[in-house]
Amino acid sequence: MTLGNIENRERFLSNIRDKIGGLSADKPVQKPNWSTQPQYRVLKDQNQDQLIKVLKDQCKHIHTDFYHTDEQHLDETLNEIFEEYGVRSIVYTCDSRFQDHKVDTSLKQSGLDTWEWDDNEKEASIQFSEKADVGITFSDITLAESGTVVLFNGQGKGRSVSLLPQNYIAIIPKSTIVKRMTQATEKIHKQVENGEDISSCINFITGPSNSADIEMNLIVGVHGPIRAAYVVVDDI
Amino acid sequence: MPMQIGEKEFKQRVTKGLDDNFMRGAVRSAQGRLQNNRASAADELGDWEDWRTLGKEIRQHTIEHLDYYLHQLSEKVAELGGNVFFAETAEEANEYVKNVVKSKNAKKIAKSKSMVTEEISMNEALEELGCDVVETDLGEYILQMDDHDPPSHIVAPALHKNKEQIRDVFRDKLGYEKTEKPEELALFAREKLREEFLSAEVGITGCNFAVAESGSFALVTNEGNARMVTTLPETQITVMGMERIVPGWEELDIVVSLLTRAAVGQKLTSYITALTGPKQSEEGDGPEEFHLVIVDNGRSKILGTEFQEALHCIRCAACINVCPVYRHVGGHAYGSIYPGPIGAVLSPLLSDYDEYKDLPYASSLCGACTEVCPVKIPLHEQLIAHRRNIIEEDKKGSLAEKVAMKGFGQMAGSANLYQMATKMAPILSTPFSSKNQIRKGLGPLKHWTESRDFPKPANESFRSWFKQRNKRGVQHDVRKH
Ligand code: SF4
Repeated sequence: MTLGNIENRERFLSNIRDKIGGLSADKPVQKPNWSTQPQYRVLKDQNQDQLIKVLKDQCKHIHTDFYHTDEQHLDETLNEIFEEYGVRSIVYTCDSRFQDHKVDTSLKQSGLDTWEWDDNEKEASIQFSEKADVGITFSDITLAESGTVVLFNGQGKGRSVSLLPQNYIAIIPKSTIVKRMTQATEKIHKQVENGEDISSCINFITGPSNSADIEMNLIVGVHGPIRAAYVVVDDI
Repeated sequence: MPMQIGEKEFKQRVTKGLDDNFMRGAVRSAQGRLQNNRASAADELGDWEDWRTLGKEIRQHTIEHLDYYLHQLSEKVAELGGNVFFAETAEEANEYVKNVVKSKNAKKIAKSKSMVTEEISMNEALEELGCDVVETDLGEYILQMDDHDPPSHIVAPALHKNKEQIRDVFRDKLGYEKTEKPEELALFAREKLREEFLSAEVGITGCNFAVAESGSFALVTNEGNARMVTTLPETQITVMGMERIVPGWEELDIVVSLLTRAAVGQKLTSYITALTGPKQSEEGDGPEEFHLVIVDNGRSKILGTEFQEALHCIRCAACINVCPVYRHVGGHAYGSIYPGPIGAVLSPLLSDYDEYKDLPYASSLCGACTEVCPVKIPLHEQLIAHRRNIIEEDKKGSLAEKVAMKGFGQMAGSANLYQMATKMAPILSTPFSSKNQIRKGLGPLKHWTESRDFPKPANESFRSWFKQRNKRGVQHDVRKH
């Protein structure tokens, strides 16, 4: 990869250094030991089933429909949601988990108009997503406390899928559920520490898009999806 | 002064705010609601004080080593193929952005809400190039459609407008034909803005927090417009105030958790989007090209001074939502894009005392702001420090001279504003500023009455007092002629 340019840095930083008496920039700074770490106390000692309960309760506050099913009944549950949302067209990410759990076959057999995100067909994929009734992705990490699905977008997993369609469905493997953001950022921090590339776009999605910009009334569904559903799946 | 909004002098802006009944009602209910949300979100955590302590420690450490973390950030961004420009002034930042836009031959630019681009008047600079700059945050879009009406609240910029006014703006400017129902208005804006997102060549975002260790940027939103801006256009430009940075992802967790709770009482907002570099070559959507502009524009003047902590601010607006003075006068009265207590601290620092000498007096020093600030900035103490400095400069004659040269012999205004502030403290004992806090705030005020011979405020209501005060001001002017 070609390196980007950095302009004007030395003058800018030496001005700051003069003011705060900083060391030279190449001397690594050690983070102090913080005097308190309340983030680790949140939902401490809750097991996976208890966390599902927390997630379910939180969904009520974030205008999100909650479903709990197992792998065998996943397609049934999805069809139920399609019916409820009046879905005719579906876009989903190119993610091996759709094949592993046979979601893609059932989508293709559903008789609905489906599109698997295709990086090589960027324009067509965006066009389809823009008109689609629903976008479906798997959750990579799920935060019980806030009711958040974390998506590591990247190859095959277009940013548009969870953004442009009218509705959004997140399939949440039970094993992806953690307590809160702390566990997700810890994992990302480890990746950085190990010199791994992190996803160019990590989305923390908490329910449908909304705004309170008109007289402080909550309006659900502004630029992104208008409705959202989470489907927690046991055994996967 | 680019960050300045409105032409009128402080007292006129205040009067205008007091006369606007809808605005005052809206401010009051918004303040109440946001304040309640914040309080219950804080309560729910149980150990909010510990969170605040950690937030403060993180901000303090980061600002004390700002040179190191900015260096690390820029290295990471460049490694990922992004370009970094360090801009000392607003002009430098705008020049750079203009050059990028020119090189892309871009005609349409979609922006997501950003205080710093507002501060440096980036839209105006880009419009000079003949570009169409579209604000995509619903509140900002409404203001932009209404001939660039300035924002009045950091989190809810169009707070001063009611839905009928918004309907009329949409009807007059965009041919909207439906009712004033918020859902219909929002749906209309959604459709209009979709077209803009899909046709924009360049997307511009602000930055809630940069993450030094990985060269990432976190955008905290509810509407999804920041995601649009970073998904569809080919080129992305992110503009950040140089202090908006944390060391790593673990710290990002804390500041984001504090921000969303303190700002809107949510555990997390609908979208926290963390972007790292341009898109990878094998990816479909996302920007091909990424530029980061890091802006100083007066911030480094604050480093190493008694006001350094003002740079810890995470722009949650909690201090604004509890402020009794903001409640009465509204955002526009501050004449700065940064209103409320943090605006009163920050505006004179980023600009100067000549421009904003009134603001440190637009406070009753009740201390409610300090009490809610999620990163424990001692806001009311900083306001007192400002007052001390203003009086010092006044004594030396340096300030009065400059003011006189500008043609408004208004220095007496400070005394009157002082009076206004002291007067407000007792009347405004709101549910969230208990008697205790006010007394705490009045302590230091007493000191000022002793050192300067201020008249004791008469026992009038704030409104009638303010009218009186204005009359006195007028007489004063008449005498001068
Ligand atoms: S000063 Fe504190 S309370 Fe006010 S906006 Fe900044 S962080 Fe929030």
